[in-house]
Amino acid sequence: MIAPQPVALTVNGAKVRRFVEPRLSLADFLRQDLGLTAVHLGCEIGACGACIVNLDGRPVHACLMLAVQADGMHVETVEGLSDSGAIAALQAAFHARNALQCGFCTPGILVVALAFLKDCRAGGAVPSRGAIRDALSGNYCRCTGYEAIVDAIQGVAEAACAAEAAA
Amino acid sequence: MRRRGGGVSAATDSPGRGRYIGRGLPRPGAKRLLAGRGRYTDDVVLPRMLHAAFLRSPYAHARLGAIETAEAAAMPGVHAVLTGADFARICAPWTGTLSHFKGLRSAPQRPLPTDRVVWAGQPVVMVVAESRAEAEDALEVIGIDFEELEPVVDLDAARAADAPRIDADAPDNVLFRTRIEAGSTAEAFAEARSVAVDLRFGRHTAVTMEPRALVADYDPAEERLTVHQSTQTPYQFQDIYARHFGLSEARVRVIAPDVGGSFGMKLHLYHEDMAVVGASLLLKRPVKFTADRMEAFASDIHARDHRVRARLAFAEDGRMRAIEVDDVTGVGPFSAYPRTSAVEGNQVVRLIGAPYRLSDYRADLTVVAQNKVQMSQYRAVGHPIACAVTERLVDLAARELGLDPFEIRRRNYVTDTMYPHRTPSGYTFERLSLATCLDRLHALMDYPALRAEQAALRETGIHRGIGIATYVEITNPTPAFYGVGGAHISAQDGCVLKLTPAGDVACAISITEQGQGSEAIVGQIVAEGVGLDRDRVRVLTGDTETTPSGGATWACRGAGIGGETALQAARKLRARILEIAAAILQAEASALDIRDGAVTDADGSPRMTLTEVANLAYYRSDLLPPDVSPALTVAHHFAPRGYPFAFTNGIHGSLVEVDPETGLVRILKHWVVEDCGRIINPLLVDEQIRGGVVQGLGAAFFEECRYGETGQLLNGSMTDYLVPMACEMPDIVIRHVETPTQDTELGAKGCGEAGTAASSAAALNAVNDALLPLGAAVSQLPMTPERILRALGVV
Amino acid sequence: MKARAFDYRRVASVAEALDAYAGCPGEARYLAGGQSLLPALNLRLDAPDLLIDIGRIDALRGIAVEGGALRIGALTRHAETLASDLIATHAPMLTEAAAYMAHPAIRNLGTMGGSLALADPASELPACMRALGAYIEITGPAGIRSVAADAFFRDLFETAIAPGEILSAVRVPLGRPNTRMRFDEIARRRGDYAMVGLAAHLVLAGDAVETARLAFCSVGPTPVRAPAAEAALAGRPLEPESIAAAKAALAGDLDPDDDDTLSAAARKHLAGVLLGRVLSGLGDGRLTAEAA
Repeated sequence: MIAPQPVALTVNGAKVRRFVEPRLSLADFLRQDLGLTAVHLGCEIGACGACIVNLDGRPVHACLMLAVQADGMHVETVEGLSDSGAIAALQAAFHARNALQCGFCTPGILVVALAFLKDCRAGGAVPSRGAIRDALSGNYCRCTGYEAIVDAIQGVAEAACAAEAAA
Repeated sequence: MRRRGGGVSAATDSPGRGRYIGRGLPRPGAKRLLAGRGRYTDDVVLPRMLHAAFLRSPYAHARLGAIETAEAAAMPGVHAVLTGADFARICAPWTGTLSHFKGLRSAPQRPLPTDRVVWAGQPVVMVVAESRAEAEDALEVIGIDFEELEPVVDLDAARAADAPRIDADAPDNVLFRTRIEAGSTAEAFAEARSVAVDLRFGRHTAVTMEPRALVADYDPAEERLTVHQSTQTPYQFQDIYARHFGLSEARVRVIAPDVGGSFGMKLHLYHEDMAVVGASLLLKRPVKFTADRMEAFASDIHARDHRVRARLAFAEDGRMRAIEVDDVTGVGPFSAYPRTSAVEGNQVVRLIGAPYRLSDYRADLTVVAQNKVQMSQYRAVGHPIACAVTERLVDLAARELGLDPFEIRRRNYVTDTMYPHRTPSGYTFERLSLATCLDRLHALMDYPALRAEQAALRETGIHRGIGIATYVEITNPTPAFYGVGGAHISAQDGCVLKLTPAGDVACAISITEQGQGSEAIVGQIVAEGVGLDRDRVRVLTGDTETTPSGGATWACRGAGIGGETALQAARKLRARILEIAAAILQAEASALDIRDGAVTDADGSPRMTLTEVANLAYYRSDLLPPDVSPALTVAHHFAPRGYPFAFTNGIHGSLVEVDPETGLVRILKHWVVEDCGRIINPLLVDEQIRGGVVQGLGAAFFEECRYGETGQLLNGSMTDYLVPMACEMPDIVIRHVETPTQDTELGAKGCGEAGTAASSAAALNAVNDALLPLGAAVSQLPMTPERILRALGVV
Repeated sequence: MKARAFDYRRVASVAEALDAYAGCPGEARYLAGGQSLLPALNLRLDAPDLLIDIGRIDALRGIAVEGGALRIGALTRHAETLASDLIATHAPMLTEAAAYMAHPAIRNLGTMGGSLALADPASELPACMRALGAYIEITGPAGIRSVAADAFFRDLFETAIAPGEILSAVRVPLGRPNTRMRFDEIARRRGDYAMVGLAAHLVLAGDAVETARLAFCSVGPTPVRAPAAEAALAGRPLEPESIAAAKAALAGDLDPDDDDTLSAAARKHLAGVLLGRVLSGLGDGRLTAEAA
């Protein structure tokens, strides 16, 4: 038998300590040990994008990382990003535009969209629809056909750029 | 039956405010999903819950020998290792036949096999353990003796006289044949010009983002089975589990929590479902199974897989006269349960030619068994095939005659004076809007400008193609669909409405939610029908214990049938509220109205709020006259009784650019003009259409379950099975024409499959339009670079 | 789909990593970004006894110009490759290639060293290394050795790395004046493995091509150089005639297998199309490294 190992990490702002099997993926750790069920498993090989979370501020697939690897790191899931208000504008835009149906892909898309919008610089040009689609190239959505998602992200980008320009 | 015409909102007697039907409001339930608070089946965790994993057959066809399980049973965390014999004692087999498909046969199925395996990926041994990982560990030490048998793989080879047989006692591998014949096609073809196609449609599959999952929880103390299951059809599974495990139906509860996509895939019975329920019964503990993605590809139903040869006879003036069809479709090794594997082919041969005036029609359908994953209903069942065959034939005839694709369709549509119209294949259309949609699309695309641009670009070596495709879609099915064949699949829906003591409305309804917005539209209908703010209506779905039994959501029936049920239930509740209010106010109920959450006079002056009415009825019923009931809960059930189906129609346009050097196709734009009758929420309809279009474009360009010669699925992973992604998909322009059905007061038909029904056909015509000047044509979906390069003679 | 059990050890230095490997009685694997290893573990296609996490070894990080070469540490994430000004200046084909590598979230964890050590022939970076004439720095118990990219990729998923050794960095010789380079590929969907990809590196002398290094991905068990096509370009200006000659010569360079979505003939055809397009683009003078 392989001994569980200690991990200590920060998840959605809270310090977490657990003993875990080395083979436990970060995704399963977040879902099973911490109850963060917004992390969705759609493929477990890093293809579908439904499990994407922020790791030290950058989107990564939680299925392609071990819980023990994340020791000492900061993880944010949609639960945390929602509570902190970080994705409030995206949530409002997705809701208004009906940019989700079954919602299974949505958490991963929100995390990716948040990172994408962070990269759109102040007062600068609103990213093209092509650039938004490119940013989403690793996120499967089987319900929407993507257009509404692109619309919603574009709307948030436009508002952000306008705000920057005015400031 | 009350009938309404005109363009007014169908459901309200109140003018002005309170109108919800027809408004594109966001879905209330979506906020929860956006906050990461969805509760999907795999999120359900129960005390003492165990986890299941299955050892699957590596062979497509093999005899099953000894199974060695002792070592697995001794592995850490393992509670049980179960084989076919364990379930044979407790689960009655199921057979996917229905009596209205005369002659359809299928081998009876059991949770796990006892003598043979018939597809690669079939579950053979089940391990139940403390964790999924431990269950998978145990799978690795199970030994099975397989004696390989020759697999049946190729569609044509399966029908050869000397083909190996999947059912040893059957005469051949054909599960079902049917012929439809009207008039004399032989005469028609003797007298007319004709064009022919030989089209192949690849197998594809749903790839829901959330794989199939269920948690079965048997409580022996109460003899109660509760199943949390990612499904569209909880009532159907309640019936199946009760009947096949010999349980009292009243003690079986099926709960469908949030469902991460379904598209028809999650309404079929899977062997794993029965094994999980059986394991919970045997172990008397909750058992969870969540298919991983590899298992999903190897066991979720597949769809399509047709080869259709067809020809069209037409006159010199472009008038179409007759179609002959031979459709051969490969299904799995048996017919799916409880809806069979014959429905798709049946709909193909009945829908071909549907939008057009034809005097003669003949179609043959052959449903062939193969050692592949079972095949059954997936979004737009049969429609994309029927549409592609028809619309390709029409385009070929137009080209023969030098007619524009719009013009030949305009000349041949069923006309507005012909309704109700009966097709040669036996479908009856109440009323369609074919020519109106065609004209709208022509303007929407700015078709002449597109053609001019196409011609100019061809001069510069850019090869664009424009394609259109008309569809007719089956929605709102009556029992003619399944019930008449003996299936326990309800065609009616039920709705219970309660005015709560606080004056809100609680709605429990039998249609279900998978993200399309069933709950949202029901909320809108009830709010308008009763006369209160939509935010005061709570809609509950997906639980057999707390909602009335009904058909649920499939075959584009939720809005049309469930919506009408909700509307009539709302009318009943409204009448109850007004009767009570009238008694209190000493007025005639007929002189009162409900607007904006208050009982009003006819002129709209408020008299008392719904909260006051409810308070009185619940807490001061002593104030009511003795002959006035205080009941504020009503139930209504509705089944369509007019036309067997409410047919919708529409037309798609596709603009593509083919790179003749690489065989790659860029999809530049897609247009849809559709008529799903009364639109309850245009925002949701548009997104149903868009999602459907993209699934159809997946079939057109990417999606295909590819099998090797030994019956192995070659691309059963998300990196190898290509679905449409954001970068490759176009923006989609949508417009609506509304022709409400007169069979219901609401007038709504379905819209969930219209996008998928014709987008692949429009793309097929567009690619062929682009290839035409290059002297090439493609006749196989998906249109891959290899196939396009071959069509071009480049390789 | 859960990984088989394994032990895990995070190490702080290369020496510690080498010791951990040597001390493991069973199978050990080095874990860097994990973007290829984790899927293989989840699928139980690979099941080592021990994972040695080298992901936090500082010595394996960093991008710098030193000793006439661009040194890229093995732990350089694809996202860092994409964003690096040094790489964009001295090896812009890597910037282009990184943009094709999977998707943003994968690029945030996947590493240069991991991609090269895996040596997936469909992957972009191995082909780039051959076209760039790069050297792969390998650290083992006996010290550091350097292997030319042309000698590094030996067969399908097989490299010059011996068991226990660590790929520690790559060194890309700084471009001479008049170097032109490009990476491009043809894929069915954005981020998919390419049907064919090409890393092209040309050094011009006046108008003429002095040397050409062409390396294709997805056409064989390793990234494949195209010597006949390279020779067809050498000494000639980059113009339609020489490009046509290179395309014609390419047929003899490539010998891909049929697979179930793409025939060998189609793949060879696409390689020729891509070669023509890339060379034509380079002829336009874009993406030069003349400043270097």
